[in-house]
Amino acid sequence: MPDIWFFIEVLVGGLLSGIMYSLVALGFVLIYKASSVFNFAQGAMVFFAVLTFVGVMELGLPFWAALPVAIGVMVLVGMATERFVLRPLVSQSEDTLLMATIGLSFVIEGVAQLAWGVDVRNLDLGIRDEPINWVMDKTGMLISQLDITAGIVASVMVASLALLFSRTKVGRGLRAVADDHTAALSIGIPLKHIWMLVWATAGVVALVAGMLWGARSGVQFALVWVALKALPVLIIGGFTSVPGVIVAGLLVGASEKVVEVYIGPKFGGGVEVWFPYVLAVLFLLVRPEGLFGEKIIRRV
Amino acid sequence: MTITVPSSILQSAERAFPFGPPVLELESISLRFGGVQALTNISFNVLEHEVRAIIGPNGAGKSSMLNVINGIYVPQEGSITVAGERLSEMTPTHAAHLGIARTFQNIALFRGMSVLDNIMAGRILRTHATFLEVALQLPRARREETENRAVVEEIIEFLEIEHIRKTPVSRLPYGLQKRVELGRALAAEPKILLLDEPMAGMNIEEKQDMCRFILDVNDHYGTTVVLIEHDMGVVMDISDRVVVLDYGKKIGDGTPDEVRSNQDVIDAYLGVAH
Repeated sequence: MPDIWFFIEVLVGGLLSGIMYSLVALGFVLIYKASSVFNFAQGAMVFFAVLTFVGVMELGLPFWAALPVAIGVMVLVGMATERFVLRPLVSQSEDTLLMATIGLSFVIEGVAQLAWGVDVRNLDLGIRDEPINWVMDKTGMLISQLDITAGIVASVMVASLALLFSRTKVGRGLRAVADDHTAALSIGIPLKHIWMLVWATAGVVALVAGMLWGARSGVQFALVWVALKALPVLIIGGFTSVPGVIVAGLLVGASEKVVEVYIGPKFGGGVEVWFPYVLAVLFLLVRPEGLFGEKIIRRV
Repeated sequence: MTITVPSSILQSAERAFPFGPPVLELESISLRFGGVQALTNISFNVLEHEVRAIIGPNGAGKSSMLNVINGIYVPQEGSITVAGERLSEMTPTHAAHLGIARTFQNIALFRGMSVLDNIMAGRILRTHATFLEVALQLPRARREETENRAVVEEIIEFLEIEHIRKTPVSRLPYGLQKRVELGRALAAEPKILLLDEPMAGMNIEEKQDMCRFILDVNDHYGTTVVLIEHDMGVVMDISDRVVVLDYGKKIGDGTPDEVRSNQDVIDAYLGVAH
């Protein structure tokens, strides 16, 4: 196989996992914009969401029935979180809100395991994790069907969220809420509806992310740490920027794979585990607001 | 300090929009914060197309009064009637839907956005296209976008801020930020415009500009204006009727001339020998 095909294979693999990082990071950005809190419980929500989905399927429901049930549950979880955890703490400091979401993550993790047990489960989406034949025949590249499907689903999701939260009425409302609560209220934006909508959306994003990841690596507690992969993406992309985290997710996904394959062996492998964080630290040094984040200007 | 507004920009005797029936009526409003009595039994009304001022010394309850009208504070007692509809409780969202727009004493703009985007944000209740319509660029979404832009451009021209259209508002000087805030309120095409100290902290030129804009809004669009102001001179020049508050109580109500000769008002402003 020519080197260039091999490089493209690595790159495509990286971009496909990258778009999934973007998806998880997007959940953070939406909540950060609406409630100005880094939602520590996002990982727990991913775990809870996919566990609920698998649990409902185990009760005997087919895929297409289990999906709306799981979506409904996640919408409720998101809205309940906003209503009972965040809203009573409105106008508290960001530290207080962060502590609340850390507490929430323990509650959600606990409830998930209480309800559905602690076993590692398989999630069979009916798509095989095998290379696509005709691509392999033509170019020799090994590109998994599951990866392609996950990439497409994540892209569609990311694109529609990006559109929803930029060009539409809801999007303008969200931007206004992110900037100034009082002013947003005065022009007639229903603050509570926007908050509820964003948290419900974050719940659904968590479900999709959990399903895509769960199909690949099993539905298990480790899914909680998927959220940690979003952290470098957020730092690079900027906590408040939807396009920022999309680009950053792709950047992180592609670069970690390329570095792993070409430079990894020199370090004995395993580079992709820490490389994104190094990249994030470099960004913090050079461009702390991220690629597209709001520039932080302090007047003296 | 008082300033005089040049007579050329004062309202002429014949008005484009003669006074209509009361568009806003406040009855026996009382507001407490814990043990602090912010407003006590205040009643007054605002006529359609009128410029109505609320004045009073610091801490008199002027901003509280405006926040009650706008639904930010819910009074313990009293009722608000907007265009004949009596409300026991107002919320900011409801107020916006009823056509009440406002500006704030400490400017509340969307600091991350440009002047244009800030004023566009004021159009949010005039936008109805759904997610799918925007995504597919269906006729309604396109038509609304065009309409909104047209209204916003008209306001930008009206307020003479064409040159800063694309500037992020956080970079603008104070006087211009106040003007952008007025623009955002106007973008909603409000029936009632609430202005919380629109001229606070401005120099004389900026105050004169602001007076001109307020009177022009009233004159061109017939917008009813309720404004709070510190500067007695300005208030007397541009308002039709004035409510005077002191320590949360109403101590005067009438035309500028009536209020000016009211002994309670003079005492409140100049102090009185005890």
